[in-house]
Amino acid sequence: MKLGVLFSGGKDSVYAAYLAKKAGHNLSCLITLISKNKESYMFHTPSIEKTKAQAKVMKIPLIEQKTKGEKEKELKDLEKAIKTAIEKYKIEGVVTGAIESVYQASRVQEICNKLNIECFNPLWQKDGEEYLEELLKNKFKIMIVGVFAEPLNENWLGRAIDEKFIKEIKELHKKYKIHIAGEGGEFESFVLNCPLFEKELEVKKFVDSGKGNSWRKEVEVR
Amino acid sequence: MILIISTCSETLHELEFVKPIEDIIGKEFKTVNYKDLTQKHIDSAEKIIICGTSLKDNTFLKELGKFSWIKEYSKPLLGICAGMQIIGLVFGGKIKKKKEIGLIVSNFDKTFLGLDGVKQVYALHNNFIDFSKIPEFEVFAKSLSCDQAVKHRAKKIYGVLFHPEVRNKEFIKKFCLL
Repeated sequence: MKLGVLFSGGKDSVYAAYLAKKAGHNLSCLITLISKNKESYMFHTPSIEKTKAQAKVMKIPLIEQKTKGEKEKELKDLEKAIKTAIEKYKIEGVVTGAIESVYQASRVQEICNKLNIECFNPLWQKDGEEYLEELLKNKFKIMIVGVFAEPLNENWLGRAIDEKFIKEIKELHKKYKIHIAGEGGEFESFVLNCPLFEKELEVKKFVDSGKGNSWRKEVEVR
Repeated sequence: MILIISTCSETLHELEFVKPIEDIIGKEFKTVNYKDLTQKHIDSAEKIIICGTSLKDNTFLKELGKFSWIKEYSKPLLGICAGMQIIGLVFGGKIKKKKEIGLIVSNFDKTFLGLDGVKQVYALHNNFIDFSKIPEFEVFAKSLSCDQAVKHRAKKIYGVLFHPEVRNKEFIKKFCLL
């Protein structure tokens, strides 16, 4: 089936795309919403403009849709982007990286239902630890580009998701109830390499900004 | 052994509608797609769960013959969403259109495998069955528009229209203990 990937460039949407491809589907386009609202309810925001570089190494066309990121208006913008994907790339379904967010998942389901296309959520309800281990097993190289919860701080920016990361995040899960896969928005990630990429992306420049337990890393990749 | 029957026509959907149920059960289960279901699978199971599928996937409706065994089945059986619709159709119910997507409120008039009173449940369906028209079944919970939880009056055959694997995981564990 021809699928459009709701794509943020973070681990969830890239891994969902990987699973869809592995199941024999055709990844026809990536759909990225660029939200002006950094606190968007629907869309992952840090480093999102870097999805262009990922689309290039995946050799998949990218649909970029700007949105002001106001609560329900951004859903109209998402619908517009999915309609473009249906018209331009003849997609028959979308694939998302939703894990637990009923808010995000049910809104995407509504849009797909209205547009009469399939909606795939291959990470739905997935156990956090099992998920991170699978990412490592499948050779995903992932960088932390945002932290937004106590006790995470600027020292976590730029870290790779590796065995050490999994061990530490599991401890923080026990103490602070941080979701192991960051599904509560505790941290955001950016994929530098995976089996869908023709070559690994290199970080050319970066700027860290933030305070306390809320930090972002804006990266430039090539 | 618990037999999990997938109603998905796309393998990728099984990660969304079947794997979460396997994770809740944890061990001693076997999963089979309804297209590959045999009498041997049914006979070797202590209990059976028939899972749901995506909003757009109604392929199972064209192959109800694969489920005719349900009418004579005497061990515990749970149908989730598509699974509940299959149970209703096998017992002579009629399918009706009503969309519910997302968290909805369901009112359990009587305790239903640990669920009682007003509960939030996750809905994902375009169709439902009106079980009040099927004399063999009792309705335990309704949402504003649909029957949400039903049980066969004489057998341990349960149906839920909502997806308990999302917000009501304990319910599935309770079924497994029957």
